[in-house]
Amino acid sequence: MTTVRVAGVGLTPFGEQPERTARDLFAEAGLAAIDDSGVDSGDIEALFYGNFMGEMAEHQGHQGPLMAEAVGLDVPATRYEAACASSGVAMRQAVRTLRNGEADVLLVGGAERMNNLGTAGATEALAIAADDLYEVRAGMTFPGAYALMARAYFDEFGGTREDLAHIAVKNHENALPNEYAQFRRAITIEQALEAPLIASPLGLFDACPITDGASAVVLVSEDYAKKHGIEATVAVTGTGQGGDKMALQDRGDLATSPAADKAAKQAYEDAGISAKDVDVAEVHDCFTIAEVLATESLGFFERGEGITAAREGTTTRTGSLPVNLSGGLKAKGHPVGATGTAQIAEMTKLLRGDHARSDAIPGADVGVCHNAGGTVGSAVVHVLEVVE
Amino acid sequence: MTENVRDDGFDDLLDAIEAGAGFYLRCANGHGSLPPRRACPHCGDQALTQEPLPESGEIETYSVITVATPEFEEDTPYVTAIVDFGPVRLTGQVRGIDPDDVSTGLVVGPNIEQTATMGERLITFRPR
Repeated sequence: MTTVRVAGVGLTPFGEQPERTARDLFAEAGLAAIDDSGVDSGDIEALFYGNFMGEMAEHQGHQGPLMAEAVGLDVPATRYEAACASSGVAMRQAVRTLRNGEADVLLVGGAERMNNLGTAGATEALAIAADDLYEVRAGMTFPGAYALMARAYFDEFGGTREDLAHIAVKNHENALPNEYAQFRRAITIEQALEAPLIASPLGLFDACPITDGASAVVLVSEDYAKKHGIEATVAVTGTGQGGDKMALQDRGDLATSPAADKAAKQAYEDAGISAKDVDVAEVHDCFTIAEVLATESLGFFERGEGITAAREGTTTRTGSLPVNLSGGLKAKGHPVGATGTAQIAEMTKLLRGDHARSDAIPGADVGVCHNAGGTVGSAVVHVLEVVE
Repeated sequence: MTENVRDDGFDDLLDAIEAGAGFYLRCANGHGSLPPRRACPHCGDQALTQEPLPESGEIETYSVITVATPEFEEDTPYVTAIVDFGPVRLTGQVRGIDPDDVSTGLVVGPNIEQTATMGERLITFRPR
């Protein structure tokens, strides 16, 4: 089985760019990734592409071939959809395809156009990642769903809005030098706590923004990298995916994310590592409470202890396990279908040493990316390691 | 949402709650679930029977929603809650109580009411 290497990565700036089509966004990220990789684009054998709300945002289905065309490729192209984990699952399928020996060079990525829908429209589009009959028709929004989990967490394990505010402050601070991040401004605990509530106990600063953007990654086999002199020092050594009941009401427990537990266990076993080997993580913090659930599922903390990790400094830039050095979804932005491979792109740069925050983790060689769909009805975890 | 077409199972449940005879589905292994189902989501068993929904349940978690989708714009602020009825949980809106007075553990019963914005049916809970 080949070792899958990340040959190149590409991102668009994340932010409010409502006039840009998803095809234009993906073309920018995809071409940047190909350029970064040094791979001859004629060697790319397929596109694995993630997108969630294209039908609602752009009246555009069947985006695979459209996006291949946008980057100048005439290859089989398939769209993967798993809500906010769409490009995470695309990544996993690409890794498995390379490992199976079915290809040597693949382009993986995702894009999402959201701001052209407006806040209400984007809220509606995001809501359909929940159960339509039993959640959407009761007025469930995505902030509302995570708010239900946050209150359940507080009731079961304790925790306060101030604990969550420390996560928002940390991720905004991390994003300051990230040229691709949507919010490059520091916030204070007081600002976070005083912001309007959108779904109690979550306020505006507990939520990620509505973002337009794209991301892409070129993956190559070990043989291809050697044969073509491609410098690719970061390998994908572990992949895992877990699932859960769609509606929160059908879950066994509302204060944990079992799909991510399963994805993490599988990815760690696949890579032959454990949580204690991880130097740095990019996790799916669509809401501050989501970062807590993610870090506990990844085994960094016992249940109930992740809530204070940012406050105590463990997951800050100078802590023992920095989480979301990119700024995370909270400050970097969350173009939902692009987020999974954006995490891979950020982590690759962090481990290569050419990320604006690489200086926070000198010598780091194991990173984990955690990408969640919906209220973690889907979860994908990847382990990236420096292999030289 | 598809207009003017029933959703089998789901609309049957809403009709039943409206008539004061709510139900849930029970599999041979004792798991509860909500329609439409052909298999238990917990164990895959296909021998599902219709059982009476308990008359009341306890709020397990809730949120006061102030930013809604367009279909609920005029409903804000409203309280979304997950209520534990024992064999199953149900998601709906809590009405008949000031949002500030809603708390975890509050005992409520299920109803069917309409949304303010669109006049659509939805599951609601009122204190018992």
